[in-house]
Amino acid sequence: MEHILEQLPIVLRALNIGFLQTLKLFFVTLIGAFPLGLVIAFGSMSRFKPLSYFTKCIVLIVRGTPLMIQLLIIYYFPGLVLHNPVWGGGETGRFFAASVSFILNYACYFSEIYRGGIQGVPIGQEEAGLVLGMTKGQIFFKITLLQMIKRIVPPMSNEIITLVKDTSLARIIALQEVIWAGQAFMKGSQGISGEIWPMFFTAVYYLLWNGILTVLLGRLEKKLDYFK
Amino acid sequence: MPILEVEHIRKYFGHTEVLKDISFSLEQGQVVSIIGSSGSGKTTLLRCLNFLERPDKGVIRVNGETLFDADDAKTQQESEIRKKRLHFGLVFQSFNLFPQYTALQNVMLAKELLAKELPNYKAERKKIHDEIEAQARELLNQMGLADRMANYPHQLSGGQCQRVAIARALALQPDILCFDEPTSALDPELTGEVLKVMKELAEQDTTMVIVTHEMAFARDVANHVIFMDDGHILEQGDPMEVFERPKEERTRQFLARFTQG
Repeated sequence: MEHILEQLPIVLRALNIGFLQTLKLFFVTLIGAFPLGLVIAFGSMSRFKPLSYFTKCIVLIVRGTPLMIQLLIIYYFPGLVLHNPVWGGGETGRFFAASVSFILNYACYFSEIYRGGIQGVPIGQEEAGLVLGMTKGQIFFKITLLQMIKRIVPPMSNEIITLVKDTSLARIIALQEVIWAGQAFMKGSQGISGEIWPMFFTAVYYLLWNGILTVLLGRLEKKLDYFK
Repeated sequence: MPILEVEHIRKYFGHTEVLKDISFSLEQGQVVSIIGSSGSGKTTLLRCLNFLERPDKGVIRVNGETLFDADDAKTQQESEIRKKRLHFGLVFQSFNLFPQYTALQNVMLAKELLAKELPNYKAERKKIHDEIEAQARELLNQMGLADRMANYPHQLSGGQCQRVAIARALALQPDILCFDEPTSALDPELTGEVLKVMKELAEQDTTMVIVTHEMAFARDVANHVIFMDDGHILEQGDPMEVFERPKEERTRQFLARFTQG
């Protein structure tokens, strides 16, 4: 136990840096996937059949294959197969490739949630707005939007919490996120080697962050509880 | 001049003709009840009046102005339809109140959004808002909902919801107020309170088109009854005539259960 206490400050510093990268990937994914998901949702609901089929096909492929494979293909395919390493080298390139993979993957999941949310608002709401002389825009922003948000918060919370843990998959392309940082102490880093506890300890980071998110998302859900 | 003239309306859903040459007219302050079995086209007719459906043939005129003519594309421009809708109000069977707004806000919302289009809106924002709120409160009072204004729809009974919906439709002062089976989702007790306010509206000479299964109400309150069957108007006229001496066998059949009971 004693040596763990001695190692703790060094390990925590390294894990904090790794977790910062985890958080960066988490937020970049959300910022990219929230709007892209809406675009994909509208695409799959489009009355223009080719567009709707194309979008549904993309969603099927992305949701039907492991995120880990998608990461590997997106990161390695351009360089190793096309001999055109678009991502550049180093941590920046890896982060860029990881962001693209995560945004695409999560946008597809979000799109289905949005679709459910939009289609879940009864048609009567739109019709009531129409007969009251409202424009389509007014109906969306003043009537439909909030009802849709209320519907999607619980499934969205689920996805967001899964995303926190999924960021660890970026380890497969050696993104220096928190698990990578913990694992470094097995091989040896900053005078510590052969230690496996730092990697185990990374679980605490995920748990704490998800704990905070659960509370925040729970509050949002409660806030929207004033209407049914 | 009649306030509403409907001429030769036809409407198809795919190959099925749901409205077959519907014509009727309505005078200012009159109440017309449309009765008939489910699937006879009553609701579709109301939805055509409110531009929720577009007739394939026919003309709709309000106060002599042609609002819709199936043969005249100029009368079907999207931008114009929004304004034309305001001649009509519609009260739905399932209320369709906006759940995230209180009773008062439900009544005020559309009027406030329309007020934003007024040229003097920016300058007199506060005054306009106060007027809209005062009018909404007055309407809810009239509906017997003085103590329910701050409640959300889920906190109200079905009858109260429907009365809020009536106030919401009245807030825009439509020329003609349409009701689509307004009491079909309510139990008998709540039905009574909604019919009561509708009767009061009739007494104040509100022009109304009411699709209903409440035969006693249709007979006693309406000035004119239309019996629809399979997309046709089979019979129309004075309520007493239609109810007491129906000309058509089909009307007699339909009314049999009601008149016997």
